Formats: sequence, structure tokens, C-alpha cells
Amino acid sequence: MFRLPVSKIDDLFGTIASSRTLYLPVDGNDGRAKYDKWSEGTKMSDKLNTVRSAKSFFFPQTTNICDFNVNGANVEVVDIREESEDFVVFGVRACDARSFTILDKVFLAEPVDSYYATRREHGTVVTMACSEPEENCFCNVFGIDAAAPEGDATCWIADGYLYITSNNEKGEKFVESISALLEETDDSAVKAQQETIHGIVEKLPFGKVSTDHFRKNTLLEIFNSEKWEKLSESCLGCGTCTFVCPTCQCYDIKDFDTGHGIKRYRTWDSCMYADFTKMAHGNSRNAQMQRFRQRFMHKLVYFPDNNNGEFGCVGCGRCLSRCPISMNIIKVIKEFGEE
Amino acid sequence: MQEMIDRAKELLADGTVDRVVGWRSGEFSYDITPGVFRSAEELDESFIYNDLCAPNLSKYLIKESRKEGKLLVFLKPCDTYSFNQLLKEHRILRENVYVIAVPCTGKIDVDTIKDKGIKGITSIESDGETVTIHTLYGDKTMPKAETLGDKCRTCKSKKHVVYDEIIGEDGEVNNDGARFELVEKLENMTPDERFEFWRNELSKCIRCNACRNVCPACSCENCVFDNPNSGIQQRAAVNSFEENMFHLIRSFHVAGRCTDCGECTRVCPQNIPLHLINRKYIKDINEFYGDYQAGEDAMSRAPLNAYTFDDCEPGIVYSRGGKA
Repeated sequence: MFRLPVSKIDDLFGTIASSRTLYLPVDGNDGRAKYDKWSEGTKMSDKLNTVRSAKSFFFPQTTNICDFNVNGANVEVVDIREESEDFVVFGVRACDARSFTILDKVFLAEPVDSYYATRREHGTVVTMACSEPEENCFCNVFGIDAAAPEGDATCWIADGYLYITSNNEKGEKFVESISALLEETDDSAVKAQQETIHGIVEKLPFGKVSTDHFRKNTLLEIFNSEKWEKLSESCLGCGTCTFVCPTCQCYDIKDFDTGHGIKRYRTWDSCMYADFTKMAHGNSRNAQMQRFRQRFMHKLVYFPDNNNGEFGCVGCGRCLSRCPISMNIIKVIKEFGEE
Repeated sequence: MQEMIDRAKELLADGTVDRVVGWRSGEFSYDITPGVFRSAEELDESFIYNDLCAPNLSKYLIKESRKEGKLLVFLKPCDTYSFNQLLKEHRILRENVYVIAVPCTGKIDVDTIKDKGIKGITSIESDGETVTIHTLYGDKTMPKAETLGDKCRTCKSKKHVVYDEIIGEDGEVNNDGARFELVEKLENMTPDERFEFWRNELSKCIRCNACRNVCPACSCENCVFDNPNSGIQQRAAVNSFEENMFHLIRSFHVAGRCTDCGECTRVCPQNIPLHLINRKYIKDINEFYGDYQAGEDAMSRAPLNAYTFDDCEPGIVYSRGGKA
């Protein structure tokens, strides 16, 4: 365990940024947190979490894949990939850190998604423990510890110090790169803070929500349940939940006609959209109920069925905060759990 | 609220309606979901109406009024404007809807409270004047006026423009012009400043379509942005130009039909003040064609749908000094 006084945090950021790009949560003009590039004078946000998740660092909303330059009968395919630069994402919360391992299962499985893999290789994730979890947090339901986030290295802020420890080789290299600013210390202050955090987590309104019902080989029973009609009746069919979600990973590949060529790009898709499964033959999901059901079946049934029981949700609470009509995964879990 | 539930039960019992569109309580006191209630038991179980029921129910009636049977809907003053506008556009089947007007003194917005640095909110209570906020980290109180969302801070009307019956007293139209103050501020910027302001705001857009999908004026069965044959069907765009165009195209399409219900800004996950674009058009329409409020009635022709010899010429841009 190492530490440095919080008053020296700008020196820390300066040192990190001297050798690679540093991203961290900052307050936007409206006071709400978002990830942004650090430069001299940038202040880290003290909000619990960013409005959008950290998944954009590895799976951006839009990725340009290649260009087609059309010149008469000739079509030239241009590889527009640039060498990815090394970067550090600082201040990632435990929920988002876990989301990366969920995304890894999708994008790093064969065939490996090289766009995603390159970003993962170049990125170092430095996490920050949550000293003040909020009402919509339920990461502990999925076995995530807000007091001990995963990631390459982990930080805690306690008693005027930033504590830091590495979790793997990449993390060790990171800590090594800032070692001139650090002093070695024991973990007593961190242990004390962890205890306080666990005490708060214990009191969280959704901390004890049970997901047991989804583990009992109940796929068809849940799929065919009449409950979906009522749960989805006022869903607007917007993509807010999917776009703020750290684990939603569906995408579409589209062509943008520039008038003299094509830009082919990958872009987040949303199962909530009416044309999500639209194919040449038509659409297999014609009602919002079916689309709504798909999102929760994916996270709570299909994903765990295919990934040794790991749910496709990390309990970050963003869909709870941001859904325009306040319908969310907690309400779905509770509706089925209460049978 | 009990008066609303009792009346809904009566109308269900005597067969006037067979379902009720209202607001359903959630896990906290403030995560309220629009819902359809089919029985007295269901109403008792989860119907709610309080200072946190912000969602505008009018748009749901496009779908609900086309189903079999008749429904009861509770409408707040600003929701009645949307209702009227949808009637004008033949989107709601009026004969299938029974409207009960309910009073509104402005709705509390959780994000407005959170923006004041209050964390871990587990419930919010309001006595109409003061709001008590219970959080994981202790209780707070503040005047209700400070907790209102954008749409309620400059309320345009407490008067219901359409209903079959009313609960409580009807209010007055508010003509103080306060809702145009921010628009005027934008008008007074230089073109570069204004461009910078909107670029900054619109670059936050994640194209979730929440603004479009919640908007009562956006009722096309197939939006041009969802039509693969339109050439502009996009998820997120390859460049920010197209991204910005989405909001401008959408706002032009609802110009003259937008009632200023403010739902677009309320639902925006990125906190973009989208209503200001629409308000600019409303203000311009008022200045060019005389005061007009979309949704005030269900019959009259809107200024942009009617030609008169008195209409302003495009050259008005120059007489305004090329400004805004």
C-alpha cells in the first residue's frame, strides 16, 4: 500500500499525464460528472459516478471502421485505424470496473474484436472506492465490493490521503511510474474506510434484493410470464437505459454516404429500438413488450446461462436514475423475485 | 389523491370507463411510472398523485384510445394543452377518453435536488410549500420553489384547457413572459457565442431518442430517423454535424405544434436544455404572427398552417438587424 497527500493530487495527475493521456471524472458545465481528458487545472469530480458509464473507453458509441472511396468504377477500401495511444482512466468505480470483465467475455471471446482488444491493451484502469454509495447502488447484489474495486490499480481517499495499491502487472507498472510521489504505508486507514463503506452498503435500499429466482432454470417460465405486459406498458422505447448502461454491448454496423464515398462505422444499438432486430424477412420483435423483455432476459437469464451464472448487470443504478418513466431492472427483479 | 382514486373507482364501477391512465408509485416516493389501472384493487395498491408526478400522460392516449373500451385519464394543466394539440392532429380518439382535470402546483425534480449536492435520496415529501428530503446521510428541507424542474420553474398555465370534469379549482394562464427570459439571453449573444453554446450542449447528445419518444408532438408512426429509406437513418452519427442536425430537424418539425410541456428537457439523460430551442420558435411565432399557444384549443389553424396576407415576409430577418 502506498499513499500521497490529497493536496498533491495535481502533481499525481501531472505525472501520469506526462507519459500518456489521462481521463478522469470531471464536472461538466451543468455540474454533472463525465469522463474527460485531464489538462493542467482540471479538477476531479467528487460526484459518486458519471452520468454515462466508462465503457466508452473500450467500446465507444461510434467507431469508424473503414472508408470506401468511390471513384467511377473503382472502389478503394481505406483502413483508417490509427495506432492506439496508451491511456489511463482514473477514478473508475467498482461497478464500472466489473463491467469491463463482462464486456471482455463478449469482445475478447473468439473471434476477438480487435478494435476492443487494442483499446483494452492500451488502457490502464485505476479505480476509486466509493466512500458514499447512494440510494440506487446495488453492486453488492452482484458480488461487487464498493470498498475494494477491481481494476489494474485501486485507490481510496481517506484522512486527507490518497491510498493506492496495484492488483496486477499493469497496475504495478502504473504505481512504479508514479512512485516518486508515493510513500509506503500500512493499510489500517483503508481498512477503517472499508468498514465504514460496508456499513453504508448494509443500509442501501436495494442491497438485499434477491436474484435467486433467475438461477432456477426458469428461462421459459420467465420468458412467457404475463408480467412483462405490465412492466413494459409505459416504456417509451427510447435507448436511455441501454446507452447509460455499462454492460449493454449491442451494436450495429452502418454506412454513411458522404456523397463521394462511404464511411463504415460501428455504433451502439439498443434492443429498445423498433428496428433493432429488423432483417430482410421482417422483424421478430414487433411489440415494445418483446423488446423490453429482451433487455432484461439478456442481463438476468441469457447472459448468466452462457457465462457460468454471472449476471449482465453490475448494479450501478444508472438506469434507475435516468429512465424517463422510472422503469428499471430493480423493478423487474423484484416483480419476479416476489413469486 | 384519495378523491381521484374514489372518483376513478366510481367511473370503473358504473361502466363509464374500463381502465384508468394515471401514475404508479415506485420503490421510492419519487420514481413514478405512468400506468394503466384496470381495477379498484390496483388503484388502491399503487395509484399515486403528488408533487412528484411530472410525466405528461397525453401521449399514451394515442395508443390507449385506440384500444377497445373507454378510458379515464387524469391531466394536469400543461398536459391538457398536449391533449388538445393531439386532438387537433386527430391522434387521440376523443370519444374513448374521459378527462378529469387535476390541479398542479409545480412538480419537484429529483435531479434539481441532486444538483444541489444532496446525495442518497430515499424519499421526498412535500406539503406544497416546503420539501423534506430523506437521505442515507440525514434529512434536509428546502422551499419547494427551489426543487422544481425546468418545465415547472416558468409554468405557462395553471388553467386546464380541456376536461370532462375537474377536481379542485381551475387556475390562471401565466403571461408574465418569464419562460422566454433564457431565450432572450441566447438571442442577445453574438452568433459565435450562440453557436458555441449550442455546440457545447448538443455535443453531449447520445441519440437515445428519449426527447423524441416522450414528445407529444412527435407522433409520426415512423419517424424519418427510423426510416432506412430516408438516407438519414442513423444510430449515432459519424460526425457531429449530423448529430446536431437531429435536434434542429426535430424542433422544426414540431414548431407551431409544440405546447412547451417541457418533457424533452425533463427526460434528457445528458441534461441538454432542449426546450430552449422550441421556446425560441414559440417566441418567434408570437412575434411574427401574433400570440399563439399550441394546444389552447383543438380547432383553430396554427399560424404555420395558415396563410394570410398579413404574414411576415422572409425579409423580416433583415428588419431585425440580422439578429437571431
